[in-house]
Amino acid sequence: MKDTEGYVTADGRQIGGTLMEMKNITLRFGGVVAIKDISFDVHEGEIRAIIGPNGAGKSSMLNVISGFYTPSEGEVWYQGAKRPQMKPYEVARMGVARTFQNIALFEGMTVLDNVMTGRLTHMNASVLSQAIWWGRAREEEIENREKVERVIDFLEIQHIRKTPVGRLPYGLKKRVELARALAAEPSLLLLDEPMAGMNVEEKEDMSRFILDVNDEFGTTICLIEHDMGVVMDLSDRVVVMDYGKKIGDGTPDEVRNDQAVIDAYLGVAHD
Amino acid sequence: MLADIFINPFIEMFAYPDFLMQVLWEGLVSGILYALIALGFVLIFRSSRIFNFAQGIMVVFAALTLVGLHAFGIPAWISVILTLGVMFGLAVTIERVVLRPLVGQPDIILFMATIGITLFLIGFGETIFGGENKVMITSELGIPTGDTVLEPFGGLLILQHLDITVVVVATLLVGGLIAFLNYTSMGRAIRALGDDHQAALSVGISLQTIWVLVWFIAGIIALVTGIAWGARAGVSFALEVIAYKALPVLMLGGLESITGAIVGGLMIGMLEKLFEIYWGQPLLGGNTETWFAFVLALVVLLFRPQGLFGEKIIERV
Repeated sequence: MKDTEGYVTADGRQIGGTLMEMKNITLRFGGVVAIKDISFDVHEGEIRAIIGPNGAGKSSMLNVISGFYTPSEGEVWYQGAKRPQMKPYEVARMGVARTFQNIALFEGMTVLDNVMTGRLTHMNASVLSQAIWWGRAREEEIENREKVERVIDFLEIQHIRKTPVGRLPYGLKKRVELARALAAEPSLLLLDEPMAGMNVEEKEDMSRFILDVNDEFGTTICLIEHDMGVVMDLSDRVVVMDYGKKIGDGTPDEVRNDQAVIDAYLGVAHD
Repeated sequence: MLADIFINPFIEMFAYPDFLMQVLWEGLVSGILYALIALGFVLIFRSSRIFNFAQGIMVVFAALTLVGLHAFGIPAWISVILTLGVMFGLAVTIERVVLRPLVGQPDIILFMATIGITLFLIGFGETIFGGENKVMITSELGIPTGDTVLEPFGGLLILQHLDITVVVVATLLVGGLIAFLNYTSMGRAIRALGDDHQAALSVGISLQTIWVLVWFIAGIIALVTGIAWGARAGVSFALEVIAYKALPVLMLGGLESITGAIVGGLMIGMLEKLFEIYWGQPLLGGNTETWFAFVLALVVLLFRPQGLFGEKIIERV
């Protein structure tokens, strides 16, 4: 479905055609409707944000994209084809990498090992070859190690390469998680509240990294955030959710001036 | 009396160093087998939080299959390969039939499921191979059976060739496993899965593949231990006991720690032998090896509940 045209952003960057399209997604847990008939698309190379107040269904939407939840209704179209029902690890192997709201790192392993796990989808040497550490497995390990070192350099975490992740402060953990996702060279990078719980300085750092990643590698990024200020500065287009429904979709400026969005965020007087 | 406990044993150790070496050597041989078995436990625990009660019966089952296949007239080494195939089939079956439907259930349920596997394998093994004792096909496998006599300090030290083989093979296997876990992507995936399931899924690790892999590794370990122990004690359902010796090893070493499993195994193997020879036999009438390891583990648990190498448990209140 790469028939859709790209567009040019306000700051003059060329955005590609459609990478992913969510069509009429509905997600129910028993009687609770977490997502109600939502459609939106993500273009190649753009930074797409999903915002909304707490409990709006943003994380559920991200979990649908990454395969952790299966939508009750609706279709996910990815790279021009309808995606069948998939397990999370299968989605990951299609090139979708993600981070988690409550940081999900391998605490007992070093930063380097953590980031190396991000390369797993690119390593296909057989178990036997790996068991005897010979041939394909050996080459792969060296090849991938180089890529990983580049990511580590890029995110400025060289100084903690050998530190077990469990010992790192919160802000650095978030960065390591981003590094792991980035190491996969994803075609789509999902960030679940990358700035949650950070102080102003850390937020600025993280924003810079997100912009750099997009700029340097051309990575398509879909992120969730409820800090309006950050989102508006970062993203090219924004989906606004409230109570599981889509209430707005457009550029930051369009969304900012949308009455429904203002009501959802500031509350509306019922008389 | 006090002298018998605190002084005389040590005098004896120094008076006959060759005998002390003999005792330590025999402790090392059992110790390395304990370590190997404990590694099987640790791998499965780390990647799935399952305490695999069935490890013991897997040892028996592997040994029985090997001996059974050979009894059909299949050459020894082909039987070994076929047995490995059977252990792989067992891993796939367990993952499909038992683990997959129980994903996400509380740990205790999965633990109970492994007890179920144990009971099933006991019945299944007995039906197919019969319950009587069998002899391990040691010489058919080309395992040397003689001994070498050394004379350190003008004394006498007898090394059974079987024991030497066991130590060499087990050491290679342990070393290989450690290298596999630390330096390959598959090994990294196993460690990752133990740390965080969600994150593991998000980087493309398949739960199913890893589970089959760790259960198969546990199967390989079971076969090696089955051959080694079966060669000394015969192949019967009593072999299961060796796996229960891994329990104090795990308590001592911690359930997550690979180093812990190895150090714990060697420590228990040697300490129980030392205690038996120098304290148990003269003072307690012997046969202390059956319980010493458990008491030692209990004492360690009193002071370090997480084991010597386990992850420290910090609970916020």
